[in-house]
Amino acid sequence: MAATVTDPEMPMLTLVDLGVLRDVDESGDRVTVTITPTYSGCPAMATMRDDLVHALQDAGYDEVDVKVSLSPAWSSDWITEHGRDRLRAHGLSAPGPAPTGPIPLTLAPVRRAIDCPRCGSADVRLTSEFGPTACKAMYQCSTCLEPFEHVKEI
Amino acid sequence: MDSHDLDLDHDSVYDGLLGGDASQWAFGTDFEDPLAGVDTTIPAGVDGAVLAAYCLMLGDDALVYAHRLSEWTSNAPDLEDDIALANISLDLLGQARLLLARAAAADPSVVPVLPDGSPVPPEDALAFFRDESAFRNVRYVEAPNGDFGVTIARLLLFSTHRLALLQRLAASVDPVLAAIAAKGVKEVTYHRDYAGRWFVTLARGTEESRRRLVAGLATVWPMYAELTRCSDVEARAAEQAFGVDPATVGDEVDAVVEHVLATAGIERPDVPASGTGPLGRTGRHSEAMGRLLAEMQVVARAHPLGKW
Repeated sequence: MAATVTDPEMPMLTLVDLGVLRDVDESGDRVTVTITPTYSGCPAMATMRDDLVHALQDAGYDEVDVKVSLSPAWSSDWITEHGRDRLRAHGLSAPGPAPTGPIPLTLAPVRRAIDCPRCGSADVRLTSEFGPTACKAMYQCSTCLEPFEHVKEI
Repeated sequence: MDSHDLDLDHDSVYDGLLGGDASQWAFGTDFEDPLAGVDTTIPAGVDGAVLAAYCLMLGDDALVYAHRLSEWTSNAPDLEDDIALANISLDLLGQARLLLARAAAADPSVVPVLPDGSPVPPEDALAFFRDESAFRNVRYVEAPNGDFGVTIARLLLFSTHRLALLQRLAASVDPVLAAIAAKGVKEVTYHRDYAGRWFVTLARGTEESRRRLVAGLATVWPMYAELTRCSDVEARAAEQAFGVDPATVGDEVDAVVEHVLATAGIERPDVPASGTGPLGRTGRHSEAMGRLLAEMQVVARAHPLGKW
């Protein structure tokens, strides 16, 4: 049941697709769900918590606990293959592999090998590393000219 | 039992804020504890009071700087930068919330006492009900934004320093602080890249953009020294292996800044550091801090019970 709850900002994704749902522990009519925040300041966390409580109460659990797990920190690598397909199907570009190891300073514009989720063109340009939510960058396709959102690698 | 339509639940943007009691929406999301379910036991060898004091420093830096950066909202040079600065501010606010909650869990006596029945959670009490002298942020983050050149120069030095600190804190013996830091590393990496790119862009842009950037760097440079001065609390935090002496990241920060300056073709400013010893870390703030707190705290302080 918990697996059906969706992200309030990207409703095409369930919390499982997003990799936010970490654990479900069921005992009798009590259930404890563990989620992890994507970004420290993500305001969607409260809504996700409320939605989980509502969905599980509807499913008949009298007591629903939602716990937060901070470690290990969420990574965009945890978005499932199904989640990536759903993002693309809804016109968003899925993240590439998250960076690992030492952190380089990137003074040139970020080059990501991504395709326009609408027309498939690889001729796209970054318009902003920060988008309408903490987890997205803004792109524009130079072929079909449509702007689109890219879920960032973290 | 009534069933919930989650789409309808999302119809009002206030639903997520209302939580259990619609009369007290001013305080919080009903997500009372950002550390809910996290084991906040203080590790052996760590003094809870020092851990709390140290988390207040890191948390106050993030909170006060988040407030400053939020002042750019609707005022930035273009929409993309408006959104970028607001996002950076939001990331820092999230870090502040976790760090202030960590401080409150480590030593509940740091949290201001509020009237009985107040719904204010500890991290909000720390943010909105402490007086100026109880804040432990560096003066560097409370200074007014200035123009975009000043803002970018300040953000470059701040995010370079904070990234270096957080990377080391990810190995803190306090697992909660380590987790908060590891998460923050990913966020601040983007902040530093944003500032670095704009720094180079302004430096290589027009005469006017370069002039403003150079002036901005000269404005923030003397204040930066404060970030690398080690206060008593930070020294004890480093001794107890849960914190970092900020002086020890100086060389690492310097190397990154040197790289940006070289790429931008900008000279290192030849201006002396302002002040001596820890300033904001001991609660001695500049004139700008009082005004900032007045704006940040006025609504909360007028309604400590969260209703009117």
